Amino acid sequence: MPTLDVELELRALFLQALAGDESAYRLFLQRLAGHLRAYLGRRLFGWPDDVEDLVQECLLAIHNKRHTYEAAQPLSAWVHAIARHKLIDLLRARSVREALHDPLETSEALFAASDRDARDARRDVIGLIEHLPDKQRLPILHVKIEGLSVAETARRTGLSESAVKVGIHRGLKALAKRFGVAQAQDANAQGA
Amino acid sequence: MHKEPDVRTENWIELLASQAEPAPSRRAGPLMGRRLPWGLAASVLLMLSAYGLRHDFPEVLRLPMFWLKVGAPLAVALAGIVLLGRLGRPGVFAGRAWWGVVLPVLLLWLAGAWQWLATSPLERPPLLWGQTWRSCVFSIGLIALPVFVAALAVLRQLAPTRPAWAGAAAGTLAGGAGACVYAFHCPELTAPFLAVWYVIGMALPALVGAALGPRLLRW
Repeated sequence: MPTLDVELELRALFLQALAGDESAYRLFLQRLAGHLRAYLGRRLFGWPDDVEDLVQECLLAIHNKRHTYEAAQPLSAWVHAIARHKLIDLLRARSVREALHDPLETSEALFAASDRDARDARRDVIGLIEHLPDKQRLPILHVKIEGLSVAETARRTGLSESAVKVGIHRGLKALAKRFGVAQAQDANAQGA
Repeated sequence: MHKEPDVRTENWIELLASQAEPAPSRRAGPLMGRRLPWGLAASVLLMLSAYGLRHDFPEVLRLPMFWLKVGAPLAVALAGIVLLGRLGRPGVFAGRAWWGVVLPVLLLWLAGAWQWLATSPLERPPLLWGQTWRSCVFSIGLIALPVFVAALAVLRQLAPTRPAWAGAAAGTLAGGAGACVYAFHCPELTAPFLAVWYVIGMALPALVGAALGPRLLRW
């Protein structure tokens, strides 16, 4: 459905809901949950388990702050600002938590991945590169994990092509330095 | 991956939907109307009790410089109200409301520069320092405090998604209001004094607001 139709329909439902219509509100929340799930799912690539929790948190925030919506404003702008706010909150809390992690814990997660499918293994790699600065993490994510070209990655990240290459190089070097021990152990285990 | 709607989410939606009711009157406008007057009243009381009106109060109303001193901060405060109402709501940007802050400050600077240049160098220092420059910034900040608290209380009822900017808006409103109220006590009547000390006095609460916003305005 074209975006404008979604906007008009959801907005009509929401305005009815704000006037006290319970069934319109239920329908609104259901439809909105679908859009939030898609939006957050794309951005929380790597943590699918968090998506549903965040969808619920966004719905609660929208419920608690629904008095701040004014009819003259596009509903999509209002919802988007709230979803983005909650997403940033989660990522920030997560980056603090991840920064406290002992590197050994991460390498244990690497070992534990043997019986999982490829997507989970990919998730663990994403977990590994999480602590890298964006300039290194995004090039590695796009080029090495998603398999995009350097040019495409440059376009998406806004970095220059050479910055993408440098980012990959430095990022992999930093990873090797940090997880060198774990990799050596891994190689030994495979040899045995 | 959760492609299917989660059962927990379904139940969650049921719960929220059952609380549908005509939206409580907590919209930005009425909310500010209920809170800000109390802050302003406290600021005025603070100024009257701790500082007192200018001794030449009714007569000073005839001087244009007094109106510049009251009017420019008042304009900043009014712009602050607009900013507060906008930045407290998700997806609403400050837009042109910042001009309401920038233009009065520019006016003060222009007036200050003009008077400064029109005066012979020997007579300039008192224009800038007056007799109260040491206490001016602090006094404006102190008188701004009740309005600042009221503005933050308003924001906490709203939903600022960029808390540093929202905090800065609260500080701008408070700084403008504080300077405007303080002007009724302040004995200075020179443009260079206003251009420096009043502007700093208004800027400081804005900076404090920007610094405190991310901590105080979480939701």
